[in-house]
Amino acid sequence: MAELAVTVIGHDRPGIIADVAEALSGLGLNLTDSVMTRLRGHFAMTLVCAGEVPVSDVESALDPLIRDGTLTVSVRDVPPEEAAPEKGTPYLLTVHGADRLGLVATVARAVTAAGGNVTDLSTRLAGDLYLLIAEVDLPDPDALRTRLAEVLDLEISLRAADSDLL
Amino acid sequence: MRVHTAPHPVLATPGKDVDPTDPEIVRLTESLFGTMRVSPGCVGLAAPQVGLSLRVFVVDVTGHPKARTCHGAFALCNAEVVEATRWEKGREGCMSVPDLTGDVRRAGRVLVVGQAPGSGERVELRTDAFEARALQHEIDHCAGLLFLDRVAGAHAVYPRKTYL
Repeated sequence: MAELAVTVIGHDRPGIIADVAEALSGLGLNLTDSVMTRLRGHFAMTLVCAGEVPVSDVESALDPLIRDGTLTVSVRDVPPEEAAPEKGTPYLLTVHGADRLGLVATVARAVTAAGGNVTDLSTRLAGDLYLLIAEVDLPDPDALRTRLAEVLDLEISLRAADSDLL
Repeated sequence: MRVHTAPHPVLATPGKDVDPTDPEIVRLTESLFGTMRVSPGCVGLAAPQVGLSLRVFVVDVTGHPKARTCHGAFALCNAEVVEATRWEKGREGCMSVPDLTGDVRRAGRVLVVGQAPGSGERVELRTDAFEARALQHEIDHCAGLLFLDRVAGAHAVYPRKTYL
């Protein structure tokens, strides 16, 4: 089954998700995985949907959303991804401190250098407080702790995020 | 016994009260123990997971690193949580939801009351930590609830990963 990636970003108002979901289901597209949140008040949604529908048809169906200029919509074909086994074990990384330029870049580069991979991330700026929360797969958590201690003068929290089968 | 997975309707159906002295119920608990023991990593199994809408489950957290108090392997009928304190979030997976995990707040200390299969005697179980979490998870199954019904937020469900 072909997959399409759709992003919708812009001014928030009630009904955007209903509008998007109705347009997609009206085309016979099955909305599979999606995330929506508000980023500094902006509506932000990313989703993947499945179905044999040309990108141009999806763009036409979503066109009413962008007519007043407050929302940006993109539609792209994406090849289906195979679920590959993860390397390492999952940890939850939390970093917070005074806002500064390049904090995410520094932390993300340190994760990569430690052989890890970010699988989920959110950041928030509240006043002068900057907060980064990331799910990371790591082969060696101490390697990341050491690397972050070299490049960052902030306290970090790195906790196991494994799940228990019940 | 075959373990049913969501969205099978039996997993969303509240289980019926059982007569714990009924030999069929005793046999059911033995089957649940058998299925639990052949399922790697499994620390509990409830009757709805094997397709029976009944308030019966088994638990065994022996040797689990997150367990503190541990009552070994036991089965309970018609169990309910009567006291719950020290709520904390933990990430759960479930054999009946094989592709997802989720963050769920559970009480870290509980008093559970139920009946022993066979004798039908009233059982009071006071426990904590991982055994408390397992009991709440299984009692939820018996009420037709999955961990998905209790996740901590819209972004608190994750794809279950397989690690090398």
